[in-house]
Amino acid sequence: MRIEQHPILDFPERKPIAFTFEGGPMLGREGDTIAAALHANGISALSESSELHRPRGFYCAIGNCSSCHMVVDGIPNVKTCITPLREGMAVTRQAGKGAYR
Amino acid sequence: MIEKELVIVGAGPAGLCAARIAAEAGCRVLLIDRSPLLGGQLIKQTHKFFGSEQQRAKTRGFRIAEALVADLKPFGDTVEIWQEATVVGAYPDSVLTVWTNGEYRKIHFQSLILAVGAGERSLAFENNDLPGVYGAGAVQTLMNVYGVLPGKEVVMIGSGNIGLIVCYQLIQAGAVVKALVEAAPKIGGYKVHASKLRRLGVPILTRTTVVRALGDSAVKGVVLSGLDENWNPIPGTESEIACDAVCVAVGLSPLYQLAWMLGAEIPYVGELGGMVPLLDENRQTTVSGVFAAGDASGVEEASSAMVGGRLAGLHAARFLGHLHPDHTAIDTECRAQLSSLRGGPFGAKIRAGLKKAEVKVHAR
Ligand SMILES: Cc1cc2nc3c(=O)[nH]c(=O)nc-3n(C[C@H](O)[C@H](O)[C@H](O)COP(=O)(O)OP(=O)(O)OC[C@H]3O[C@@H](n4cnc5c(N)ncnc54)[C@H](O)[C@@H]3O)c2cc1C
Repeated sequence: MRIEQHPILDFPERKPIAFTFEGGPMLGREGDTIAAALHANGISALSESSELHRPRGFYCAIGNCSSCHMVVDGIPNVKTCITPLREGMAVTRQAGKGAYR
Repeated sequence: MIEKELVIVGAGPAGLCAARIAAEAGCRVLLIDRSPLLGGQLIKQTHKFFGSEQQRAKTRGFRIAEALVADLKPFGDTVEIWQEATVVGAYPDSVLTVWTNGEYRKIHFQSLILAVGAGERSLAFENNDLPGVYGAGAVQTLMNVYGVLPGKEVVMIGSGNIGLIVCYQLIQAGAVVKALVEAAPKIGGYKVHASKLRRLGVPILTRTTVVRALGDSAVKGVVLSGLDENWNPIPGTESEIACDAVCVAVGLSPLYQLAWMLGAEIPYVGELGGMVPLLDENRQTTVSGVFAAGDASGVEEASSAMVGGRLAGLHAARFLGHLHPDHTAIDTECRAQLSSLRGGPFGAKIRAGLKKAEVKVHAR
């Protein structure tokens, strides 16, 4: 959910950025991190825990906790909370620890 | 291998201030931060800071970040900045490894300042890993930096200053704070912040904790319980609150990992938030040439992080043979500011902690 009005901060219109999530089209905005864009689209489950396959979202948003790891353009373990969204990115939920192909 | 004179890890208030003073002294500096934005925790802080005028109190946090970044502009030739670059390894032979842009780089440094800050703690309760359970600082980042609200109805756990301030900012951003929950018998943070929330009608529940989050793939509510004098849940006092986000504000712990990899001594000092490097009076760790400043050496505030950063920058420069023209004056001034920031009853815990984390190994 985007904040439209705020007493202290301005959130001016920013350029839309098209990307895909789980194969489907989605829009974020310039300056978003991947995780911020997903949250703005109502997606909070970003990955799955490796043992019990429980859904996981981010916890710290500053690149510490590893709870936001996703597969981005085929690369696993991308810290989506500190990685800027870029046009055309293919973002998918990560199950487990991820593997390089 | 990339050769660098002084490397500073972390571009929060401590790292930015260290970079400026070291550059003034004539060092060539490489400042590294994993975030796309410079300023550390300051970039998400919309409230006016407390502290003293010298550390820019009464200015909003994100404005302080802008000012500190602007302070480095005149040193564009000697201060190199890598953003979106994470230091992933540190080796005792003065080598750092950095992951940036899909590339793995190795750096050899002559001196290093660790200004990596602290990480938010978690709390043990059932379902605490559900999406929608966030650190309070994470929510602050999401809403104040990116303009995105993680939920409409929020329950805050922890009434220290961070819990109190983030509650207020959630309301400013349009969310409803359903309850502020605190296990202790009274509010942890400053009264002014708590009074603001009371006036806005936020229920403040002391001697209460969260025992469970509800939901399958996302948070739908929490179960709270009253606590007795020994902090044990009182049977029969459980109650349910519907919410779509839970913020956990139970404190921060210093990020000690890089200091540990370098072989620095890092005792546990509860008063400072966890594992911290032992420091001499010039902020040098037990590893020669490696310094630490800011929350990474003990969780305090941005004001002390700025001054501590200046001190670390000044002494790292001296270690490298670049004596700042005003070395003695700045040194004296920084120490005076730190003791005034840590004076009074609120500083008692920090003062006790710092005593335990102090060592006189490199006294020269
Ligand atoms: C909600 C909240 C309210 C606050 N209010 C106040 C207030 O009113 N007044 C006040 O004085 N203080 C306040 N503080 C505290 C203040 O923000 C911190 O004490 C201060 O930011 C610490 O500065 P620092 O430079 O040590 O660390 P940080 O600001 O945390 O900066 C550390 C930097 O290091 C980077 N980093 C970490 N690890 C790595 C790595 N491995 N590789 C590369 N980069 C890395 C991070 O990305 C970050 O940018 C508040 C804090 C919070 C969370």
